[in-house]
Amino acid sequence: MGAKAENGVKPPPLAPSSFPFPFLRTLKLKTKQQELLIRVSALALIYVLAFAVRLFSVLRYESMIHEFDPYFNYRTTLFLTKNGFYEFWNWFDAESWYPLGRIIGGTLFPGLMVTAALIYRALRFLTFAIHIREVCVLTAPFFASNTTLVAYFFGKEIWDAGAGLAAAALIAICPGYISRSVAGSYDNEGVAIFALLLTFYFFVKAVNTGSLAWGLASAFGYFYMVSAWGGYVFIINLVPLYVLVLLITGRYSMRLYVAYNCMYILGMLLAMQIRFVGFQHVQSGEHMAAMGVFFLMQVFYFVDWVKYILHDPKLFHSFLRITLTCSISVGALALGIGMATGYISPWTGRFYSLLDPTYAKDHIPIIASVSEHQPTAWSSFMFDFHILLFLFPAGLYFCFKRLSDATIFIVMYGLTSMYFAGVMVRLILVATPAVCLISAVAVSATIKNLTRLIRTKSKASQTGSSKGTSSLKASAKASLDQALPFQRNAAIALLAGAFYLLSRYAIHCTWVTSEAYSSPSIVLAARGAHGGRVIFDDYREAYFWLRQNTSPDAKVMSWWDYGYQITAMGNRTVIVDNNTWNNTHIATVGRAMSSYEDEAYEIMQSLDVDYVLVVFGGVTGYSSDDINKFLWMVRIGGGVFPVIKEPDYLVNGEYRVDKGAAPKMLNCLMYKLCYYRFGELTTEYGKPTGYDRARGVEIGNKNVKLEYLEEAFTTSNWIVRIYKVKPPKNRW
Amino acid sequence: MAKSTSSDAQMLIRSLRTAYAATPTNLKIIDLYVVYAIVTAVIQVVYMGIVGSFPFNSFLSGVLSCVGTTVLAVCLRIQVNKENKEFKDLPPERAFADFVLCNLVLHLVIMNFLG
Repeated sequence: MGAKAENGVKPPPLAPSSFPFPFLRTLKLKTKQQELLIRVSALALIYVLAFAVRLFSVLRYESMIHEFDPYFNYRTTLFLTKNGFYEFWNWFDAESWYPLGRIIGGTLFPGLMVTAALIYRALRFLTFAIHIREVCVLTAPFFASNTTLVAYFFGKEIWDAGAGLAAAALIAICPGYISRSVAGSYDNEGVAIFALLLTFYFFVKAVNTGSLAWGLASAFGYFYMVSAWGGYVFIINLVPLYVLVLLITGRYSMRLYVAYNCMYILGMLLAMQIRFVGFQHVQSGEHMAAMGVFFLMQVFYFVDWVKYILHDPKLFHSFLRITLTCSISVGALALGIGMATGYISPWTGRFYSLLDPTYAKDHIPIIASVSEHQPTAWSSFMFDFHILLFLFPAGLYFCFKRLSDATIFIVMYGLTSMYFAGVMVRLILVATPAVCLISAVAVSATIKNLTRLIRTKSKASQTGSSKGTSSLKASAKASLDQALPFQRNAAIALLAGAFYLLSRYAIHCTWVTSEAYSSPSIVLAARGAHGGRVIFDDYREAYFWLRQNTSPDAKVMSWWDYGYQITAMGNRTVIVDNNTWNNTHIATVGRAMSSYEDEAYEIMQSLDVDYVLVVFGGVTGYSSDDINKFLWMVRIGGGVFPVIKEPDYLVNGEYRVDKGAAPKMLNCLMYKLCYYRFGELTTEYGKPTGYDRARGVEIGNKNVKLEYLEEAFTTSNWIVRIYKVKPPKNRW
Repeated sequence: MAKSTSSDAQMLIRSLRTAYAATPTNLKIIDLYVVYAIVTAVIQVVYMGIVGSFPFNSFLSGVLSCVGTTVLAVCLRIQVNKENKEFKDLPPERAFADFVLCNLVLHLVIMNFLG
């Protein structure tokens, strides 16, 4: 009567004829084992997929490090593998920020470098003689694969194994994550997102089980995150917020106490071992929320315990009154004194601009000038998330239907990270794991419901037809059948629609990765006249020229964007680089670039500059060159030296380089260096000489004469131009 | 008003004493350890107030080791206490092993941080 459960070999859940793996039945596996096999093989495929989809640029160009920041990471990793950890940890670098130097050991996040060095050592131990550069290039895809595994376990913790698989699949190809973890993008975020998800997973596991061991694991995960990226501030603020929400809504339990305290104390201690972080956990305003919640928890649970052992509510009330007044007054006093005396430093500009997005533009132009720090447009959200954008609210609905400690956590993570993703484009990366997890809940729950509809229909019809005697249940089901005759078909149609959407998601992600996120930025490519690919390798050409044709102690002045690349590839001392820790030094360089040649010469003499490097896109149409960045140089320079005024370089508020440009603009150092000898060049058929293809105009001052500098090298497509600073003239 | 609060306080203290006397001995030992750690922390803070906080990492490591063992001992107490229904299935040996492990990590980090 109906399908009785059998203890032996069960028939597969679908009809036998449609079972796609008949060989599994020959292996005589039970259903549970079949399910395990399917899960493991799916996870293995997802692991390989996450690695493979990030390899576009290695296949198209070569295995090299992309962009700007990764070159610094590469240089430090090289130093670490050559000289060992002690030298690395105490390294003072005299080759950047001349003449100030930089304490590298104390001002970087060592997690990424140490990880790559460990992988390198392990491979060497297994006698794979790989160059450290290959390890660096492939570190990010490797950790992306590991992130999919963590996402699977996290999804299993929040919802069930199906959601875990869906989460792993979604995060393997999500463009928001791929953008910062392609092969070659050797940057902190590649490792940090793995550490972030790992910490959150261990913490949720600790809250669910109340075990000190999991709390310890989450503390170690937090330590790894602190060693890897400055974004750890997100963890140390989200977790206390979560605890606070649980306390307020009354969902607290002893497990929460154990988990949070273990993680906070051990995590804080471990985090303070990183020199760059130092004592910030007890002194900085950004970390005070965690400490406040820690003390609040102690008071809260102490009061709870007293309430438990005292069986008299009246006495308890008086006790409560005394304790509350004492603790609130002490807490407020401590906080007030701390902030007033300045012992607890207020939120730094970088994080304050997340709460008040207009802050950076008015006060800190360097932060405002970075393109990744701009607010996010809707197109970026759609580009990076695709269908996850509407699956996210659906997932939130499912999470709210089944509220537990874990789902509350993921909901909070999702909402806070989406807010920050809206403020700054770069933070879409932090929101991606949350969005993938919540969308996976939606996907898994929807598909489960739909397939259950399909399966019960067929079972009921089977039992109704095979067993002739109708019990009340079967007849009720049969009548239900007739009441909604198209339910099964509707379910099948919806399922097909869901699969179609997921397949479009996969196609979109692959396309986005291939087109938008796989360019190495240091090598540019374009389509030639006959459709063939033209490669512009000017950057590396220039840096290697520097390396081979200048004296080893030459100092190079350029805008800070190129500093890391010059030290890593050109192996020469630079004046300013991407670390941007000293605003005045950068402003000095900015002032030099925007002054007339004689004033700039004095500044360059004071800084011992031997070579000046500029990037110019007028011949190729490359639009990220120094002329387009020039206004930021003026703003940053003018922020420190009021002699540089931005309106001097504009005409009616407009930035021009043609005949109608401002005279200061036509004669400043940057203009002269970029357009030296450009007036004689024909760049486009049918246009006059000196036609700037990036700005689309004919330049104003074609007859550029240099008095204190001479041209040393111009790359084959005029993208990078290097000038030598002439020594002062003889007196007689 | 003052009289009623003071008599209130006295009643409070008396009932707290009687209620606390009912706790089992092993929990009382843990509580004693917690009190000892807190007193050590207070002594260190007072000493810092007198002498100044110059090697700040040493001060922090000293205070945080006390706070850390306090917190871990309280967690152990929670897990071992038979009246907590959430930890009914947790064998006390496992709780103690976790406690020892966490303390080991705590003190290793403290030793590194002491400078």
